[in-house]
Amino acid sequence: MAEFLFEIGLEEVPARMIAGAQAELQRRITSMLCAQNLMAAADVVLARSYSTPRRLSVFVPNVFERQADSSAKAWGPSAKIAFKDGQPTTAAEAFARKNNIAVSKLKIESNDKGDYVVAETATKGRSASEVIASELPKELAGIYWAKNMTWRAGRPERFVRPVRWLLALLGQMVVPVEFGGKTAGRTTRGHRVLAVDEVIPLGIPDEYEQTLLDAYVVADVEARRQTIRKALDRVTRAAGAGLRWREDHALVDTVTHLTEWPSVVLGSFEPEYLKLPEEVLVTVMRDHQKYFAVEDATGKLAPHFLAVLNTKADADGEAVIRHGNERVLRARFNDARFFWEFDQRVPLMERVALLEKVTFQKDLGSYAAKTERVSAVAASLAGLVKERGSKVDEAALGEAARLAKTDLTTELVKEFTELQGQVGGLYARAQGFSATVGDAIYDQYLPKSMEDSVPRTAEGALLAMADKVDTIVGMFGLGLEPTGSKDPFALRRAANGIVKILAEGEPALPLTLGDVVDAASPDETVRMRVEIFFAERLEFYLRDAKGQAYDVVKAVLAAGANDVKDAVARAEAVTAVRGSDDFAAVSAAFKRMKNILEQAEEKGIEAGSDVNEALLVDPAEQLLAGQLDAVLMLVKMPGAEMDYRSTLEKIATLRGPVDAFFDSVMVMAPEPEIRANRLALLRRVLKDFSGIADFSEIVTAG
Amino acid sequence: MRAIAEEKTKALTFQELLFRLQRFWAERGCVLQQPYDVEVGAGTMSPDTFLRVLGPKPVRIAYAQPSRRPADGRYGENPNRLFRHTQLQVILKPPPENIQEMYLESLAAMGIDLGEHDIKFEEDNWEWPVGGAWGVGWQVMLDGLEITQFTYFQQCGGMDLDPICGEITYGMERIAQFLQDCDSIYDIVWAVEPDTGKSVTYGDIRLAEEEQFSAYSFDYADVSKLWEHLGLYERECLALLERAKELFGEKSGASELELKRFPVLGAYELALKCSHMFNLLDARGAISVTERVGVMARIRTLVIGVAKAHVEQGLAVQADALRAETQAEAI
Repeated sequence: MAEFLFEIGLEEVPARMIAGAQAELQRRITSMLCAQNLMAAADVVLARSYSTPRRLSVFVPNVFERQADSSAKAWGPSAKIAFKDGQPTTAAEAFARKNNIAVSKLKIESNDKGDYVVAETATKGRSASEVIASELPKELAGIYWAKNMTWRAGRPERFVRPVRWLLALLGQMVVPVEFGGKTAGRTTRGHRVLAVDEVIPLGIPDEYEQTLLDAYVVADVEARRQTIRKALDRVTRAAGAGLRWREDHALVDTVTHLTEWPSVVLGSFEPEYLKLPEEVLVTVMRDHQKYFAVEDATGKLAPHFLAVLNTKADADGEAVIRHGNERVLRARFNDARFFWEFDQRVPLMERVALLEKVTFQKDLGSYAAKTERVSAVAASLAGLVKERGSKVDEAALGEAARLAKTDLTTELVKEFTELQGQVGGLYARAQGFSATVGDAIYDQYLPKSMEDSVPRTAEGALLAMADKVDTIVGMFGLGLEPTGSKDPFALRRAANGIVKILAEGEPALPLTLGDVVDAASPDETVRMRVEIFFAERLEFYLRDAKGQAYDVVKAVLAAGANDVKDAVARAEAVTAVRGSDDFAAVSAAFKRMKNILEQAEEKGIEAGSDVNEALLVDPAEQLLAGQLDAVLMLVKMPGAEMDYRSTLEKIATLRGPVDAFFDSVMVMAPEPEIRANRLALLRRVLKDFSGIADFSEIVTAG
Repeated sequence: MRAIAEEKTKALTFQELLFRLQRFWAERGCVLQQPYDVEVGAGTMSPDTFLRVLGPKPVRIAYAQPSRRPADGRYGENPNRLFRHTQLQVILKPPPENIQEMYLESLAAMGIDLGEHDIKFEEDNWEWPVGGAWGVGWQVMLDGLEITQFTYFQQCGGMDLDPICGEITYGMERIAQFLQDCDSIYDIVWAVEPDTGKSVTYGDIRLAEEEQFSAYSFDYADVSKLWEHLGLYERECLALLERAKELFGEKSGASELELKRFPVLGAYELALKCSHMFNLLDARGAISVTERVGVMARIRTLVIGVAKAHVEQGLAVQADALRAETQAEAI
């Protein structure tokens, strides 16, 4: 057995694509080796992979040097058909040809059906080197890239960036893998600037990591990540007591994939820039410059930043690099300040008219038109909220809705598009609007993901929902709903946002998904499609954000998918009790009842319109009917409605009567009226307790 | 701080930087072209890039292209923004294998010691929808500053390129500002008089232009006249494209001379004029929602039409030459 190492050298691969491609290459190589009988499945876990911006590589120990020789036996036509008078027929010839052997090599064997022609073929195992050289190029060509390119004349392949070198070693031997116009050798490359010799030969696969380390390349991604985190800690500590860098996993990930030999410098900026909103400063540092923000012990931004470099400079070099980064940041902050001051010349109120010139969507008109629609939806939702006894500042909401999109006309948002909404909120405050107005504008795009927080106020929540639902019904109206993996207008995210706001918003809003849709569209067919869409998003929310089991979600949504908070409460209650034996038994019994009713309906046997006590002849059915009434009374007591868990626990007490019923009562009694009455009883049980969930959907063991 | 002071004193003037870069690329086989004399928003729009990347013919060319973006004007008040900036554009078709290494050497030629700086190639893909052109590549970051856009052109005029083309665009003001360590573009030293030692700054040479052209494009440009110009340029361009279609068709029977002399390049200038008119109207805030998409589509028709005509012209001339050759052989 030998160790196998493969490295593909590329011009700088986009940071966002590296991790996925690294994992995919490792998976492809080990799967290929397993499929080719060149490694044991158990050894797959021993494989390792590496990546830097300029390379992806995979190390596999325990690769067999050759495939084992193998033989295969194929059964063909019956002997009678294949041979007539001892002579092969066309059937025999065709079978021999298919198996690539001479007719004379065909044999006859018998099984329990009779005599048949068989072809035995022996395959000589190929060397690992031969197999890898022929199979690996296909695997490379199959790697998924979010965006790829061609670079050679004749456009023979598409890949993320031009291939610059290949390294493939099986033990000490080079495997001549060809891809992208390159043939693999035994050389790798060091760091572009720091390595003394850029091209470095490798003796055996095992030397890979150390050889690269000597050439200023940390190939191991996790090691690089740790180096960066430690350097961030160390440099921040040295900068002053109580300072810490602001945790940002996504940014750590990005800079890990942008560097081969990372180091960190601390830079500073003039404290006067701290007068700019923190949002702007952090966006400039994080999104535009990939710098980490630094904060003091109270969490307030400090006038420092951390830049992750792809080099290790001496003291002079570091001073130059720090100075350069500081100058860039200062220029960016200056720009931001310039935009901020420039934008104040035209207050948001005057910008409302400018929205006529900003397109929302070509068939849905300008942002001025959108503002009109969103204002109306928000007002109508606010009306419902008030009607139902909750508080909302309608005037502030109206103002916020009118100004919500005006920041799209500001220089600051044109420069920092990711700050839309936030800039509007900040400007509104700076221009004398109330905190309620400012916060609602600020939060209007929340939540941007399932992990993001929801708007902080009722007004913000209503504005956010009105904005999102307007987009959704508008796009659905144009037939632009999401299909499969395509969701160019991020409508799923918008709908998820509405579900999340209704589920988690504080204060809670007394609104259902149906209310939100009704307020946004007069078109009934659009409303219907959007409601189905929302039900799917609620299902996604319960499963993904709330971690509810598939069957629980299905059971709960069968009982209603309109009231989000209620659905969450019901799902949580069902999950809490589903483990109990009694509940499981009742669920199983409910399923049985549903089956019986369905079968009866299929056979055209009608249930009675209501349960007739006089016709309850068996003590077990009398007991069930009696208990049903008792439990129903408890469940319907004032205040019990929202306490689903105790309701479910009470329903679970029906287990005894239900079990007894099925033990001794035959539903399909011969007497038509008794049978109809029993069916009516079952239907009533199902109906009375169907408000929380369709229990027959609950999957029970056994 | 010693290191920084040293860097600053040895920094090249704006014009020396241009000299160095142009010499560097000339030594690597590039033809040095003079800047194109019609308004363009980027060096890419010069026919030396936009048309030369089409077709199979190899090309190496470099030029310093003033690029006008009326909406980016700031009346000379913003220290980092310009209505007109200078792009040093390098076109290498097909791209040599070591194009990235060549690029890094070009930085050294400008006096940048990479051992004392941090350089990163970060993903940045370029697209010009109006020209049906896009490519993948990087923004090159030097100590946190984007100094270059590096693109592998993939499509142009809506047509796949084969061979593709490497395009390196240096932002000259940015680089000069960086190397000279100026907080304002206008403080960049453009040149130094050797006899007096007097510095001429970027502001001395260009501030008035920034002030006046910002005022022109934001405040003075006559909207109705701009629309009129746009319409006139467009009509003439369309008419030429119409003629081109007939002429380059298989059955036109046009002579080689007629084919060769047909002014596709003239049509392209008219399309560029339209693009500039659009940019002025846009800066002036004169293009409404409904108009915007429509006008862009109109200009796209022109630009892509020119690209197609250019390719057809090449093929038609080639076919005609081939015909002449076979005839000659037959005789």
